Amino acid sequence: MKRVTRHRLFWPITALLTLVIVNTIARPQFIAITVRDGQLYGALIDILRNSAPLMLVALGMTIVIATRGIDLSVGAIMAVSGAVALTIIGGSEDPGDIGTVTVALAAALGVSLVLGAWNGLLVSVVGIQPIIATLVLMLAGRGVALLITDGFITTVNSEPYSFIATGYLLFLPVAFLIALAAIVIVALLERRTALGVLTEAVGINPEASRLAGVRSRGIIFGAYVTSGLLAGIAGIIYSANIRAADANAAGLFIELYAILAVVLGGTSLMGGKFTIAGTVVGVLIIQTLEATILFLGVPPAQSPVFFAVVVIVVVVVQAPQLHRWFRRRFTSGERSASDAKTKVEVA
Amino acid sequence: MSPMSADTPVTASPVVAMTGITIRFPGVLALDAVDFTLRPGEVHSLMGENGAGKSTLIKALTGVYRIDEGTVVVGGEQRVFTSTADAQASGISTVYQEVNLCANLSVGENIMLGHEVRRGPSIDWKATHRAAAEHLVSLGQDIDTRSMLAHHSIAIQQLVAISRAMVLDAKVLILDEPTSSLDRDEVEQLFAVIRDLRDKGVAILFVSHFLDQVYDISDRITVLRNGTLIGEYAVGDLPRGELVTKMIGRELDELSALSSVASRSIDRSGTPVLQAQGVGRRGALEPADLSVYPGEVVGIAGLLGSGRTELVRLLYGADRADSGQIDVHGTSVKVTSPRHAIDRRIAFSSEDRRAEGIIGDLTVAENIVLGIQAQRGALRKIGRAEQDAVVSEYMHALGVRPADPNMIAGNLSGGNQQKVLLARWLATAPELIILDEPTRGIDVGAKADIQKKVAELSAKGLSVIFISSELEEVLRLAQRVVVMRDRRRIGEVSSSEIDLDGLIDYIANKGEETAA
Repeated sequence: MKRVTRHRLFWPITALLTLVIVNTIARPQFIAITVRDGQLYGALIDILRNSAPLMLVALGMTIVIATRGIDLSVGAIMAVSGAVALTIIGGSEDPGDIGTVTVALAAALGVSLVLGAWNGLLVSVVGIQPIIATLVLMLAGRGVALLITDGFITTVNSEPYSFIATGYLLFLPVAFLIALAAIVIVALLERRTALGVLTEAVGINPEASRLAGVRSRGIIFGAYVTSGLLAGIAGIIYSANIRAADANAAGLFIELYAILAVVLGGTSLMGGKFTIAGTVVGVLIIQTLEATILFLGVPPAQSPVFFAVVVIVVVVVQAPQLHRWFRRRFTSGERSASDAKTKVEVA
Repeated sequence: MSPMSADTPVTASPVVAMTGITIRFPGVLALDAVDFTLRPGEVHSLMGENGAGKSTLIKALTGVYRIDEGTVVVGGEQRVFTSTADAQASGISTVYQEVNLCANLSVGENIMLGHEVRRGPSIDWKATHRAAAEHLVSLGQDIDTRSMLAHHSIAIQQLVAISRAMVLDAKVLILDEPTSSLDRDEVEQLFAVIRDLRDKGVAILFVSHFLDQVYDISDRITVLRNGTLIGEYAVGDLPRGELVTKMIGRELDELSALSSVASRSIDRSGTPVLQAQGVGRRGALEPADLSVYPGEVVGIAGLLGSGRTELVRLLYGADRADSGQIDVHGTSVKVTSPRHAIDRRIAFSSEDRRAEGIIGDLTVAENIVLGIQAQRGALRKIGRAEQDAVVSEYMHALGVRPADPNMIAGNLSGGNQQKVLLARWLATAPELIILDEPTRGIDVGAKADIQKKVAELSAKGLSVIFISSELEEVLRLAQRVVVMRDRRRIGEVSSSEIDLDGLIDYIANKGEETAA
């Protein structure tokens, strides 16, 4: 039992399950999943589908935070990516053509890569503080998106493009499958190669890593490129969902939700050790909470406060200080043993 | 020496008298019944190696640390300072090495902060700047008080800090390593100001690692070692050699068994593994030469701040050299980053284990394979089996305790962290390993283990550059010793031709006759 409660994902998963249970008690059809025309339907499936953009962005944010950085530009990159894709599709003769959509996707992802590389360059080569370096693009990026769309909200009607956000494949929403694929690829890349542990080393102690011969510049650069690319994919899903490129609203505040998801999942903002599984759970907590607000019919005016209160509760429940306090309070006999264990320094 | 020291009667009533000062930190006795006296109109140097208790004593005097036992008498009154503000109010001001002023305020604002000239409820800036300028002029400085502090050199910033102390009407001025980032002319300028203040009756407590400067400016010297008072001396009564002996002390020789290592003969007819000529960096190290032959252990001896760490950091590419040439196996190479050095099979273990060595939150195993992993690149991950083999081989060979590869490295003791670092580098199969203070702050057992390992590896052909403050250790392990002082290489001796006293004398005095 203790091994379960001490697991670092115990509290995030508990919070997620609690949210699901509360919803189910309020309205039992919350957990109902039905099959119609070979497609799964239900509130839970909606959560998975809607979480795709945030999932992609938070994934990139996890890697960036692990290097002791932060990427504030992800929302703006989403806007640019959507603007590029929709402008190409909207300007073409045949918006429904697979070839056109492929070109649009390639261009959007290419631009996102360049923007991520720009961030990486500023942070790892020029040496600007991450929060300032990415702030540049956060502010300028939406302007670029507006330039691309000429200040209009470009709307298109393209079946193949909409399919990315609303389509189904093997019973499941395509958007969710894209996010799932990204999770698997990033996890494999970080944990099957040594990238993950070297990223952690750079995040924990940059100077010691440099002296140990770690190519920290490349690792930090790569983190921002990854974050940019994933934000670009998120921007495509977002714009495909609303069939429009809205330079002002696309990905608005998503950087803050992504940071929240990373922290809820148990990765420290100080950098170093990171957990991709934790971030996935963090994103699902946020998305379930949003669904809860809709589901319970919390009035729009009160929903931000409701959201904030739940987040505070989740964060406090996870806090190690609280756990120590409880342990001291209720298991005084066990205390000395566990304290000695955490503090031991072996000569 | 200045005439003041001779004229000031020893009986002049002290402005600060600390008696029996004892300070305990968890598990450590930082100061053990130390007495310290400061008289008006003297420059008093506090000397000791790292960990001797110099900064603890200063912090006890300035109210940063609470004193467990002992009394502090300032100006004839017994005082208990609970904060630096308390100490400042009693006329004790401190100027630190890293200037603790507001870089984004003007010179005048910094000098007068909290003592601005007021006109009713508002500040009269014109008068404030005029007052600041007067204080600067009294120190012989003509600086625009409206310029931003950050735009001035460290030397000027220090003078501004001293002016600020004068605004606070300081009777005691503590200068903690004020000269460590100044060049020769700036030091002269600072010393002129210090002498001027001394002649005005201010008591000055001076801390510096530069022996020449200490002898240049001090009237009196107090020596600490391992938290205890060794003694207080008039500067004329304490020759350099004696001072160094008192600072370093002599450690019981538990490791005499290793003494055969140093006398091993080294074949120096071939090409050296590494040969550096005129390697230097402005402000850090004057151009120096160094060569290491296969299987040789070259020691670098010198006090802290003598340039020994600066030299090896340049050889490793941790800092960039701005002069000189480095040959590895006879071919000239550019070493501008640690990677270059590692690619030439040179390894470097920093003196600062926690900040520059161990990756605290990673496990022992991850720390050990980090060196090889970095060498191979991120994409070629070391397999589970290979990692286990490497880790268990080196943990066993070096005797890391506890023998748990999954333990978080930050929780190991200093000695075991050092062994983990040594394991990291040995796993990369270097031809030359640079060890900077590998035995500092670790227990005798671990110390012996590390020394034995160095001896054993060098016998197998590994070249080693070995830096230690403990000269016995250097003499025991190294066949040749390069001696450094005041950021200069002052010479080289064969360890079979010199004993401990000779080496101490060399460090303290060699070259003085010609330089003076």
